[in-house]
Amino acid sequence: VMASGYSAKEEDGHHSGALGPAGGAAVRSRKPDNTAFKQQRLPAWQPILTAGTVLPAFFIIGLLFIPIGIGLYVTSNNIRELQIDYTGTESSSPCFACSQNYSWNMTTPCVCSVSFSLDQPFESNVFMYYGLSNFYQNHRRYVKSRDDSQLNGNLNSLKEPSKECEPYRTNDGKPIAPCGAIANSLFNDTLALYYNDPNGTETQIQLVKRGIAWWTDKHVKFRNPVGDDSNLTAIFQGTAKPVNWQKPVYELDSDPENNGFINEDLIVWMRTAALPTFRKLYRIIEKNSSTSPTLPRGNYTLKITYNYPVRSFEGRKRMILSTISWMGGKNPFLGIAYITVGSICFFLGVVLLIIHHKYGSRSSSADLTH
Amino acid sequence: MCTKRSGWVRLLYYRYLYPCTGEENWVDSRTVYIGHREPPPGTEAYIPQRFPDNRIVSSKYTFWNFVPKNLFEQFRRIANFYFLIIFLVQLIIDTPTSPITSGLPLFFVITVTAIKQGYEDWLRHKADNAVNQCPVHIIQHGKVVRKQSHKLRVGDIVLVKEDETFPCDLILLSTSRDDGTCFVTTASLDGESSHKTYYAVQDTKSFNTEQELDTLRATIECEQPQPDLYKFVGRINIYQERDEPIARPLGSENVLLRGATLKNTEYVYAVAIYTGMETKMALNYQSKSQKRSAVEKSMNAFLIVYLCILLSKALINTVLKYVWQANPNRDEPWYNEKTESERQRHLIRAFTDFLAFMVLFNYIIPVSMYVTVEMQKFLGSYFITWDEEMFDDEIGEGALVNTSDLNEELGQVEYIFTDKTGTLTENNMEFIECCVDGHVYVPHAICNGQILPGALGIDMIDSSPGPDGKEHEELFFRALCLCHTVQVKEEETVDGIKRGIHQGKGTSFYISSSPDEVALVEGMKRLGFTYLRLKDNHMEILNREDEIERFELLEVLNFDSVRRRMSVIVRSGTGELYLFCKGADSSIFPRVISGKVEQVRARVEHNAVEGLRTLCVAYKLLTFEEYQDICQLLETAKLALQERDKKLAEAYDAIERDFILLGATAVEDRLQDKAADTIESLHKAGMKVWVLTGDKMETAAATCYASKLFRRSTQILELTTKRTEEQNLHDVLFDLSRTVLRQHGSLTRDTFSGLSNEFQDYGLIIDGATLTAVMKPDQDGSTGNYKEIFLEICRNCSAVLCCRMAPLQKAQIVKLIKFSKEHPITLAIGDGANDVSMILEAHVGIGIMGKEGRQAARNSDYAIPKFKHLKKMLLVHGHYYYIRIAELVQYFFYKNVCFIFPQFLYQFFCGFSQQPLYDTAYLTLYNISFTSLPILLYSLIEQHINMDILKRDPSLYRDIAKNSLLRWRIFIYWTFLGVFDAVVFFFGAYFLFDNTTFTSNGQMFGNWTFGTLVFTVLVFTVTLKLALDTHYWTWINHFVIWGSLLFYVVFSLLWGGIIWPFLNYQRMYYVFMQMLSSGPAWLCIILLITVSLLPDVVKKVMCRALWPTTTERIQTKRKCLNVEQSTIFMLSQTSSSISF
Repeated sequence: VMASGYSAKEEDGHHSGALGPAGGAAVRSRKPDNTAFKQQRLPAWQPILTAGTVLPAFFIIGLLFIPIGIGLYVTSNNIRELQIDYTGTESSSPCFACSQNYSWNMTTPCVCSVSFSLDQPFESNVFMYYGLSNFYQNHRRYVKSRDDSQLNGNLNSLKEPSKECEPYRTNDGKPIAPCGAIANSLFNDTLALYYNDPNGTETQIQLVKRGIAWWTDKHVKFRNPVGDDSNLTAIFQGTAKPVNWQKPVYELDSDPENNGFINEDLIVWMRTAALPTFRKLYRIIEKNSSTSPTLPRGNYTLKITYNYPVRSFEGRKRMILSTISWMGGKNPFLGIAYITVGSICFFLGVVLLIIHHKYGSRSSSADLTH
Repeated sequence: MCTKRSGWVRLLYYRYLYPCTGEENWVDSRTVYIGHREPPPGTEAYIPQRFPDNRIVSSKYTFWNFVPKNLFEQFRRIANFYFLIIFLVQLIIDTPTSPITSGLPLFFVITVTAIKQGYEDWLRHKADNAVNQCPVHIIQHGKVVRKQSHKLRVGDIVLVKEDETFPCDLILLSTSRDDGTCFVTTASLDGESSHKTYYAVQDTKSFNTEQELDTLRATIECEQPQPDLYKFVGRINIYQERDEPIARPLGSENVLLRGATLKNTEYVYAVAIYTGMETKMALNYQSKSQKRSAVEKSMNAFLIVYLCILLSKALINTVLKYVWQANPNRDEPWYNEKTESERQRHLIRAFTDFLAFMVLFNYIIPVSMYVTVEMQKFLGSYFITWDEEMFDDEIGEGALVNTSDLNEELGQVEYIFTDKTGTLTENNMEFIECCVDGHVYVPHAICNGQILPGALGIDMIDSSPGPDGKEHEELFFRALCLCHTVQVKEEETVDGIKRGIHQGKGTSFYISSSPDEVALVEGMKRLGFTYLRLKDNHMEILNREDEIERFELLEVLNFDSVRRRMSVIVRSGTGELYLFCKGADSSIFPRVISGKVEQVRARVEHNAVEGLRTLCVAYKLLTFEEYQDICQLLETAKLALQERDKKLAEAYDAIERDFILLGATAVEDRLQDKAADTIESLHKAGMKVWVLTGDKMETAAATCYASKLFRRSTQILELTTKRTEEQNLHDVLFDLSRTVLRQHGSLTRDTFSGLSNEFQDYGLIIDGATLTAVMKPDQDGSTGNYKEIFLEICRNCSAVLCCRMAPLQKAQIVKLIKFSKEHPITLAIGDGANDVSMILEAHVGIGIMGKEGRQAARNSDYAIPKFKHLKKMLLVHGHYYYIRIAELVQYFFYKNVCFIFPQFLYQFFCGFSQQPLYDTAYLTLYNISFTSLPILLYSLIEQHINMDILKRDPSLYRDIAKNSLLRWRIFIYWTFLGVFDAVVFFFGAYFLFDNTTFTSNGQMFGNWTFGTLVFTVLVFTVTLKLALDTHYWTWINHFVIWGSLLFYVVFSLLWGGIIWPFLNYQRMYYVFMQMLSSGPAWLCIILLITVSLLPDVVKKVMCRALWPTTTERIQTKRKCLNVEQSTIFMLSQTSSSISF
């Protein structure tokens, strides 16, 4: 590391430059400053982790974590959740037929319906999810296969999508909008929920499709391109629809606030999941009146327009109905973890207390006499 | 001068007649034509040789080659090269992370280093220019011409005036002084500020005007440049009208070195022989061989482990990837098709996949570690130079750091090899007594002018000598007044050794490179014989009758450490020729043929036991014929260009024999301040202290006792020539080893504490001659393992004294221990030129800025003013540096395991697709900014124990001996801790994300939130882990630790807060904020941090309570005391304010 240079000018003949702080006659000739920093005597707090000091911390952690854990656990248990697998791989499944004869270019949609019953009513807002298993949304090739600037409404990117979108970048020479594997594989099953009234009538339950995507995504990150024409169809002129889509992007929804790139189903799908088994928010069932539960006890039918193939990669499809608390959906993990860690800390606290009494006092007193 | 022309001519003829004789190899010499004038025709072919000009180039780069050369230099470092390769791989193949993640840190490191080196080089350029352009005066055609220094050429005659610095290496031709001498200080070369006398060539000293010099025709033949400052061999041939040239030998006393300064001489004329980069000064600044510390070695070993981990991780993932992909529906499901190019080239793809995994995991070997370690060493070494306690007011200097690479090695020292004179002792000599023929004389005054009671100048202890004795006595005094190289310096104070000789008007000082000589000459003065000066080659002495006696100085046979004696040949006023010799008893007694040897020997031994330095004085009378022979012998030797030293030694040996013993002197060299205390502390700290000295055994042993190296209880084992004369070496060695091993065996059985003083401790004394015998490679089978037995004995001795050591033997000993089977860390400390070899040899070399010049300090790794400073250097600074860097290294590996292992785990959940867990910005900045400053600061100012306690309790040093904080066990613990934490981070987040939502609005999070959650926990955990390890919380620590956490949060908010226009992805947009808006995410972060830190805290607390180390005991104890103090001495504490 040391450079081998020298400077003939120096009177003391020591290495200059180089790394060592040896150089510079000024440093040598005078006495070093008597500052606390230079003498390494800055006033300092000098804590030591001993059984004595750690003990209270352990008890406090124990006493805090156990109640938190219990609270979380109870909250999690109070959440109602229902999952219905409608993949249709088993021949007994109502969707077996749909899952078997499947092709992308079907003109008539295959519809199947699954009946289920709720033993207990879902009181507050109910969130409807679709869940996929064995679907690698977090595969690297998949994750990067998108063009954020296209989705942000950039007109250049609309005509000239990013290379990352390959092989879903162009179709027949026309740029695909939205490009990329993620958009191309947009989940396109349609789920509808019917309540079978005991009196025999079947009432469709109102599913809200707004508010399922992050606000910032919907309003900032995703934007429709703006052209001379306010008409989306005109703006998307000259682009191709993703290969697997049945409709182009500007026909995703009739509501202009939910059409094109700012379609919330698209936005939700575009947020790639962390793990191969995941769920995504599909619809929200809002609580209408304060008196009756959102989903009363009883029989329901789930009608599925079966478009999305998962059999080829041994995937599963689920529909999930869940209520939500302040801590989100049903997940006992946090509660159990908190209780466990709290208990361990408490136990360790006790062990340390014993050690502290048996050894701590002995060793310190021995040292003091030493 | 005596005429020995015939001899010269013969020699020259010899050379002309047999030019090809192998005796002197002329390829290795150069011929310089003084003033570029051809020699008279016919004598020798004029072959002008080409030499470099006098340009000094210390800069490494030029404007044009800076970029390529600097880059090349930097990428020669293995670490930089590794990161370059990673970067290139990222550029070439499709890798998970963008090339920026490794390119940016690399670019940063390279740029910073380049700027630093560029700046240093610019400074060097500036200095070079200043030097190269400063004017010099050159004699051309009898006129003085001003030239720029770099235009000076070999052969130019240069005029140098008083207080000017010599522009290149010169041969002194003539001076303003009649006797052809000049005074020079070489302070800038070797630090000796005393004035040295240089001599002009006798035959040219009369040429002291420009015009005269223009008529001088001469050539100089000398060796090619070599770096030894004190060696020069050459000869000058002076051509006179039609005569055979006169040849004169040139030695180092004729050479004026570049960098030295002319003093007390109006002007000199000299001829340039070595210029520019060939000057001895330039040759001396070549970089020394680099020493590597034990920590660095451990670090490299750890790196290799991590490289293996990295490779195996990448390999495992590649294999698993292909196993997993065997199913085409997994490899290429309908939703995630490959491009055409990705489908092709299967074998190459497997390799690029492997490389991609390498890239993904490459952060496990952090580029920033090297930078941080280097910064730590560089900045940390300032604390040594800043240390006020290591500042010596007397010489006005503090400690010096010549290399910062070895800071932590100071905390690992096991063997200390120390010089005695000037290191353990003051090297401030005081004349105590002299003994002539057995009669002892003590001067009545101590040097500082205090008069001891005593009427007469001389105190006769024994019976007064007869008339014959009287004559001997005066001869003895005269001998001491004549046999030396002391100079008298008038008026002006000098920094060297100065003692006033009040002579009525003005003040004069004796100056010499050897303090012994000054002490002796001064002692003589107090005994009535005052050395006045050397004038016109005559030494003047003021005798007891206030008469001036003049002796013509004919020859000086200089002192050297091998011969250990010096002689002068003088002609007295009455024309008698004397040879006086003084030297170590061992080198005088064998050469003595008469005199009262027994009485003197007894007195010498008595004095040596007292710890006094003794010298013997002898003389012989020479006849004129004898003197002429001597002259011839010397001239022959001096004229030799090759192996001159050897020939001189032979000549000296032949001359210095058949002496008549006069007597002996005793000079005291007091122990340095706190030397004993320091040695005691070092012993307690578990270091073995060896004293290596050239002194005689008795003197050295006495010093050892005085400095508590040997205690009264120490059993001394002798391995000296005296013993080996009685018994043969083989038996002695086996005897000793048996004694030692018996003890050792019982020791391991009985006491295991290591600290108890009950068992016998041993001290070994060995002398140079015996050592040579021990080290000698085996001639027959039985002597083969002497070395091993010797080492075995040494290992069991707490102190070893090696006396009668030649400088090279010192280095040999250090080497022997250094390469013994335990490979202990050695430290050598010394102050003189004779210690340089061992300073360079040892792992850590420490120089004392002593009185014997600066050579030791210059060649050392660290230089301190006094021996006592070694204590703080090792026990405090060394200890701190070691624990700091140990934590730095371990922590760096730990935090990168924590960082990368979750990414490894994530591959199992993303189809081995090399999907990174963290965002690019996090990958890049983790090591650069989020976690870099706290550890750097920790490694600069951590103090696990207070300085004062470290000094008071040296045994704490044993706690870190043998690289204990970087053992494999501890390394594995840290690594496992890292893996554990990584598993906690990853699976904690995994279970939180497991197929559910954790927001209160039911919305879902994606993979980037997952990574950000893990990363947030990661940053907080590793920072808090460091906080838990910090024992010394100054406001800076608080600022940096909490500040870097805050910085992470602020950065994340900012990074996710804007749609960054220059990025082609916006994946982090609002991810961090959304995560923080969720309650469970907070709870999860808190939980995971707690869980990650818990095992380490528990381990620490348990170990401290159940198996505390000494360090921990002291810490606890101090804490108890502090509690008491804070309650009892509250008031007193407030009064003693600490300067901030």
